[in-house]
Amino acid sequence: MADAEVIRLDSRTKSRPKARCRATTSTGRPCRNYAVDGDDYCRIHGGDARRRHPSRSRPVASEEPHAEVAARGNLLEWAQDFLSRRLSGDYPVDDFGYDPELAREVLLPLAKPLYDNYFRVRTLGVDRIPATGPALLVANHSGTIPLDAVMLQYAVATEHPQKRTIRNVAATLAFRTPFIGPLARKSGNAVACDEDALELLRRGELLGVFPEGYKGVGKGWRERYKLQRFGRGGFVELALKSRVPVVPVAIVGAEEAYPMIADARGLARIFGFPYFPITPTFPLLGPLGALPLPSRWVIEFGEPIPMDDYPDDAADDAMLVFDLSDRIRDTIQQMLYENLKVRGGAFF
Amino acid sequence: MAEKRRVLITGVSRFLGLRLAKLLEDDDSIDSIIGVDLEEPPIPVDRLEFVRVDIRNPLIARVIEATGATVLVHTNISSSPGLLGGRSQMKENNVIGTMQLLAGAQRARRLEKVIVKSSAAIYGSGPGEPSILPEDHAARQVELSGYAKDCAEAEIYVRDFGRRRGDVDLVIFRTQNVIGPTVRTNITDYLSLPAVPTALGYDPRLQFLHEEDAVAAFRSAIVEDCRGIFNIAADGVVYLSQAIRLMGKVELPIVLPAAEGFASLLRSFNVVDFPTDQLKLILYGRVVDTGRAKEAFGFAPRYSTRASLEDFRDHHRGELAPEPSVRPHWERELFEYLRTRSKESV
Repeated sequence: MADAEVIRLDSRTKSRPKARCRATTSTGRPCRNYAVDGDDYCRIHGGDARRRHPSRSRPVASEEPHAEVAARGNLLEWAQDFLSRRLSGDYPVDDFGYDPELAREVLLPLAKPLYDNYFRVRTLGVDRIPATGPALLVANHSGTIPLDAVMLQYAVATEHPQKRTIRNVAATLAFRTPFIGPLARKSGNAVACDEDALELLRRGELLGVFPEGYKGVGKGWRERYKLQRFGRGGFVELALKSRVPVVPVAIVGAEEAYPMIADARGLARIFGFPYFPITPTFPLLGPLGALPLPSRWVIEFGEPIPMDDYPDDAADDAMLVFDLSDRIRDTIQQMLYENLKVRGGAFF
Repeated sequence: MAEKRRVLITGVSRFLGLRLAKLLEDDDSIDSIIGVDLEEPPIPVDRLEFVRVDIRNPLIARVIEATGATVLVHTNISSSPGLLGGRSQMKENNVIGTMQLLAGAQRARRLEKVIVKSSAAIYGSGPGEPSILPEDHAARQVELSGYAKDCAEAEIYVRDFGRRRGDVDLVIFRTQNVIGPTVRTNITDYLSLPAVPTALGYDPRLQFLHEEDAVAAFRSAIVEDCRGIFNIAADGVVYLSQAIRLMGKVELPIVLPAAEGFASLLRSFNVVDFPTDQLKLILYGRVVDTGRAKEAFGFAPRYSTRASLEDFRDHHRGELAPEPSVRPHWERELFEYLRTRSKESV
């Protein structure tokens, strides 16, 4: 945990400096984190970090374009290689079914236009995610179809200095659904149960959870950006048991991608879905209506909250669990409101 | 441990029992090997005292007592209804057989350890089950049927036996699908089809167990000081689609509603005896955690899931006989025998 920059939960709510960090992130976007008192840079880009990584605080041109040009030249070669490995079955998968080659080289690039051009996702504080070791990312869930999980995964896989892979846990429904199920597994998802979550953290993975579950992703337009109940606090127990820091994540934009104006419960029951969304375009425009609206997104990663100062049996202390769960929920709710202001218009 | 180790193996003429007897044949730490089955082992085993007896016959109690067995290894739980003459016969063999065997063992005073081969099928397969199943996991959202149910019921008898005979060390092995050059199960038959039928839109994670590692695990359980329930499987997983590619075969995706019918069709034409209750495995897969076995008696599988599959691919069914230098001579005999015999199961 030495690499994690952790501060106490309470410090966030104290009076915050108004100035924003002047550094540029590794992808060439403005950092936009709040600057440390008396400095022009945030915790990540300023202070010790500037001495350790001088390049980070200077606006540097992204290295990605060069890599892309080089990659394009070898695209044919790569495709041949890739196909031959696929056809002979010669590729590694981990015990949970994560297929790094498929996920990194095929699925992520497919999400790129959606991330960069369609949703124009902006990230704040992605460097707050520990460089190594396990951590629990807790995010709000919205938007009818869990595109937020995909965008979150893309954000960390491309913008985090270590380009880490988030392993999300997903509902059983995802794994029961043909085509979606194997795809979810291969892109690094696991089953939303204690066993999977604990094991992923034990293996030092970055685990992503959406404690609102269906209540969040399937809530109506009128309740947009209002956090629902955070499950039963299972994620806090998980973090306490594993002694891993919790990184609160606020995702703004998914609500407008699929504004759900009504829930056809009858249809939902027939299909066995937890809800059946009616949006302004779906099912009115048929399959075309299933396209998300081009909303603008902001994903903010909050300061990690350490979980290792609690006693050994803290996970059994129901009051502590509820209390921590509520505080993390409040933190994310505040982050949502702030980022709604930062974002401005929902679409333009 | 005992000064004299006398091992009694049920199902000694079947694949796993026979391989185990062969492994123990040259083992100095084993004083004698007693084999029990309905037919004689197809290849000779040195030092084996073979007794032709049905484990469902009360005579089995006399056999256990008379041979003075200290370790009882029950390998006779089968997953192939076709081999045993239908599902009801299979249940008779698996559940009633275990019940009678343990009833017979109850008064055997010299017995110190009972090792039973159950199966990881007991966990079932379902979309909401944990990705890596520990031993203390009870299937939550899946209803067990067929082979898995047999194993679950057999395990209940084993535990009942344990309550009555607290002095006997109980070991239950939940093995993953055994695969390798000489074993033949419904899974190996299935993967040997020229075009392997799969369910469209599903791609389960599979985990295998190499036959050598399976037998080695039984040997460890006999000689090491251990008790409890253990998952026995190879490290790592492969996707079904990947396994088919590694086998050099092609997938034949079938829409799910037709899959069950297709499975019975294959069964009725004697192509592959794949029980419909195992279809779920082809949909959702099953992977178990072997940490407990590794810690308790140093289970160290030599073959990973993928290596097991590749060994099976390169050597299965006599298309490519194993080289004598690599494999012991008797394996060739076993190999020839298995080629001619109808379905064998572990």
